[in-house]
Amino acid sequence: MTVNVGQLGHAVAAKPTGLWSWLTTVDHKRIGILYGVTAFIFFLIGGIEALLVRMQLFVPGATVLTPDQYNQLFTMHGTTMVFLAIMPLNAAFLNYFVPLMIGARDVAFPRLNAFSYWVFLFGGLLMNLSFVIGGAPDFGWFGYAPLTERQFSPELRADFWAIGLQVLGIASLAASFNFIVTIINMRAPGMTLMRMPPFVWMQFVTQWLLALALPPIAVALILLIFDRHFSTNFYLSEWGGDPILWQHLFWIFGHPEVYILILPAFGMVSDILPTFARKPLFGYTFVVYSGIAIGFLGFIVWAHHMFATGMGPVADSAFAIATMLIAIPTGVKIFNWIGTLWLGQTAYKTPALFAVAFIAMFIIGGLSGVMHASPPADLQQTDSYFIVAHFHYVLFGGAIFGITAGAYYWLPKILGRMLNERLGQIHFWLMLIGFNLTFFPMHFVGLNGMPRRTYTYPAGFGWELMNQLETIGAFIIAISFLFFIYNVLVSMRSGAIAGNNPWGAGTLEWSIPSPPPVYNFATLPVVRSLYPLWDGPNDSRLTTPAASTTPEEAHVHLPNPSYWPLVTAFGVTLAGAGIIFGFVLTGIGILILLAGAYSWALEPAS
Amino acid sequence: MAPPLDHERAAGSAPVDVRKVQMNPFRNGAVRASLVLLPAVVLLSACSTDPQNVFDPRSDFTRMIADLFWQIIWAAVVVFVLVQGALVYAIIRYRRRANQGLPPQVHGNTRLEVAWTIAPALVLAWIAVPTVQTIFRTYEVPSGPDVLTIEVIGHQYWWEYRYPGGNVVTATDLHVPVGRRVVLRITSADVIHSYWVPKLAAKRDAIPGHVNTLWFTAEQTGVYEGQCAEFCSLQHANMRLRVFVDDQPTFDQWLRTNAQPAATPTSPEAQRGSQLVLQGTCAGCHAINGTNARGQIGPNLTHFASRSTIGGGIMPNTPENLDRWLENPQAIKPGNLMNVVVANPQDRQATIAYLQTLR
Ligand code: HEC
Ligand SMILES: [Cu+2]
Ligand SMILES: [Cu+2]
Repeated sequence: MTVNVGQLGHAVAAKPTGLWSWLTTVDHKRIGILYGVTAFIFFLIGGIEALLVRMQLFVPGATVLTPDQYNQLFTMHGTTMVFLAIMPLNAAFLNYFVPLMIGARDVAFPRLNAFSYWVFLFGGLLMNLSFVIGGAPDFGWFGYAPLTERQFSPELRADFWAIGLQVLGIASLAASFNFIVTIINMRAPGMTLMRMPPFVWMQFVTQWLLALALPPIAVALILLIFDRHFSTNFYLSEWGGDPILWQHLFWIFGHPEVYILILPAFGMVSDILPTFARKPLFGYTFVVYSGIAIGFLGFIVWAHHMFATGMGPVADSAFAIATMLIAIPTGVKIFNWIGTLWLGQTAYKTPALFAVAFIAMFIIGGLSGVMHASPPADLQQTDSYFIVAHFHYVLFGGAIFGITAGAYYWLPKILGRMLNERLGQIHFWLMLIGFNLTFFPMHFVGLNGMPRRTYTYPAGFGWELMNQLETIGAFIIAISFLFFIYNVLVSMRSGAIAGNNPWGAGTLEWSIPSPPPVYNFATLPVVRSLYPLWDGPNDSRLTTPAASTTPEEAHVHLPNPSYWPLVTAFGVTLAGAGIIFGFVLTGIGILILLAGAYSWALEPAS
Repeated sequence: MAPPLDHERAAGSAPVDVRKVQMNPFRNGAVRASLVLLPAVVLLSACSTDPQNVFDPRSDFTRMIADLFWQIIWAAVVVFVLVQGALVYAIIRYRRRANQGLPPQVHGNTRLEVAWTIAPALVLAWIAVPTVQTIFRTYEVPSGPDVLTIEVIGHQYWWEYRYPGGNVVTATDLHVPVGRRVVLRITSADVIHSYWVPKLAAKRDAIPGHVNTLWFTAEQTGVYEGQCAEFCSLQHANMRLRVFVDDQPTFDQWLRTNAQPAATPTSPEAQRGSQLVLQGTCAGCHAINGTNARGQIGPNLTHFASRSTIGGGIMPNTPENLDRWLENPQAIKPGNLMNVVVANPQDRQATIAYLQTLR
């Protein structure tokens, strides 16, 4: 093991409690929970924003929202779901389970991990603060210049957006370095790279994507901030700049971002299916390598978002072919998931239901994706509701279905109790129906000529019925999540005790008690295969699940709690907020940041 | 809110297109089998006459795109049925039953992996070849004396058109002759917009500092709906447009009339109106050729009365609607850039009388 001994204290394995313990925690599991709860709250906020948008679109010419409110809500819906819900939900599973799955006691840099969370939280709050200070961002989640420039967006909205994203980017960058190091260095003995569970692999690829994709958007945002505050002209064509520069920089980040959102779900499903089918993942190596291939290809396709900008035939062709190529490794994954079910014995418990629905929905999203990979055909699709349908099939039908599968699968490990199966199934069917009712008609309404991001639409274009179905579907989705919330709240207290390994799964996180003790593993496991718990006579699939083992008294070195990550994160956010509220705050923020970072560095190791 | 447009459809312009009926995959049994598609099938087959349907091409350009698009859809339908079918089969056939021992512990199969890597590659090649061919055709902008080139300029929130020679400058309603090559040179005066006419021209972005082209040859006379497709702020939703495809004589006539400077009003009321417009704020934002009104912020009004709509296609051009517009354009199209009102009803009547002389 290569735990950084310098960071370890002598805390005995008692579970700390109280608010202070949460504010100072450096335990990856608690940070995972913080990420999960915060992201889920943002998910609900983003969902409410979507419901308001759908209410406005229920009939032509509705007046539920003003145009200005509508524009704020659809912008914040997209921004929230991408940056404040799906990314941090993935981070929640990353934090909680990657160390458990590789047999580690914590991450490589526990305090940096806490720092990531706090920066994310403050960044999200800063972004949403705009709602009460002069209005939220109102130009769409990809913020095309020159609409975001001072002359077209004179208010603070674009500043909230640019600074908010910049701050959130810092959180993700720090986390990505942390987990790249963790996965490379902290695997248990015998856990070779090709014995890592697919979820770990996909998160590993995701962290690389983050590390490489965030810098371009950081640059893009800095240029925007310079344009807005220091009168540069990077995106202003009348002064020699070019708005297309923004689009390139944004999508060089934006396309890998799509895989940042979806790859973790690929990993979750690749872990869930074998458990319920009781056979190993079909073609593990191919699933891993196709994930890596997607990661690489994801960086050379960005301009498929720009086919209507007139890049010329050569660029269009190159990006079209590259985009189509991505469908190959993606297809390989889908085939391997089907191969995993094939000849298996899948028990359709809630996680398995969500996992197979994920595959089915993702197939649809993938196919519509290939349709707009063809630039001429895309000239009829881009910026229409067809695109809205497509990316909801990959991000909701894909990422959210996958994450929900993951939640039903892994929450018993976190809570120590099983979720209610009946409620889970109701959630599943409502969500599946609501989802398709909301988003499938969007394909048709889009090809029937309805552009996206319109706060109103005329009657007589054949759009009314579809829009009504969509709105009804959206409310069904909302109701389905009430079942989830109720289920978690009730099961937390009175659900059946989960035991170590309720599903008979094969990976390491199921070898320890639920919830796991602070130190995770009393003795570090030695790994001999991809599914260590399926090896030999104690195959967890054949033995009746044992009750939870009581955590052993273990004297394990654990990192000390620290409030400096929180302080430092606050300084970072304040420094950014100063660009919005006045540079004095930036100064104060930098001072806090420096004080925090130094104290952090000089903090006694034990 | 926006009162619905009574868009006059191209009268009698839709003979039954046999090819389209046959190619419509939503009548195909294999797809119908898919439960997900079923409810939408009936709905879509009723849609192709809708004004902005992309599968009702009425020009060489959109026909070329629709042909390619159908080819891709067919490929997608085949893949969908096969893959989704395999998935559903696996789900149903291989679910857990009571008292089973462990299933065979298969770890994979290299030959299968190779097969299902190559298979999608072949399907994609099938799509990629016509795609690349069509890409190059979309960029082969026609030129020559018989080509009609029109400048299209996006403004928040209306479209401006400039015809060759510089005399004809109009807004929202594009007039083109049937059967003649038309090239649109598209740019923007402020933020990014996107010019979208689903049945005639598909779309291209209007980007400040860039000129993009679209070309098409309209097949039938008629009126075609379109609208801005790139979000451009508050009134993006009401940045509509129409294309009038006229027969050659009608178009020539239209062009001749529109090249004339504005008519001088004769009735006393219209004369009073012209003073209000030309000496008031209006002239600072609107141009009226042949007068001292040279504003560039709003649409050119020289032949405003010959246009079919007001305010970027938000409502039909009638005296009543004009009255509502002048009374408070912000109430009708909140956030548009005309931020003045003509509060006095008599002034409004005079202004309308004048505007109506601008045929
Ligand atoms: C501040 C600039 C400004 C002033 C002053 C102004 N307008 Fe406008 N006007 C506009 C703009 C911009 C539009 C287009 C609005 C839209 O559709 O988004 C417009 C649209 C119109 C239209 C509809 C044109 C069309 O083709 O759709 C009419 C008619 C009109 N204005 C008349 C007037 C009159 C009469 C006055 C004087 C009382 C006036 N305007 C003053 C900016 C102005
Ligand atoms: Cu992309
Ligand atoms: Cu627009």
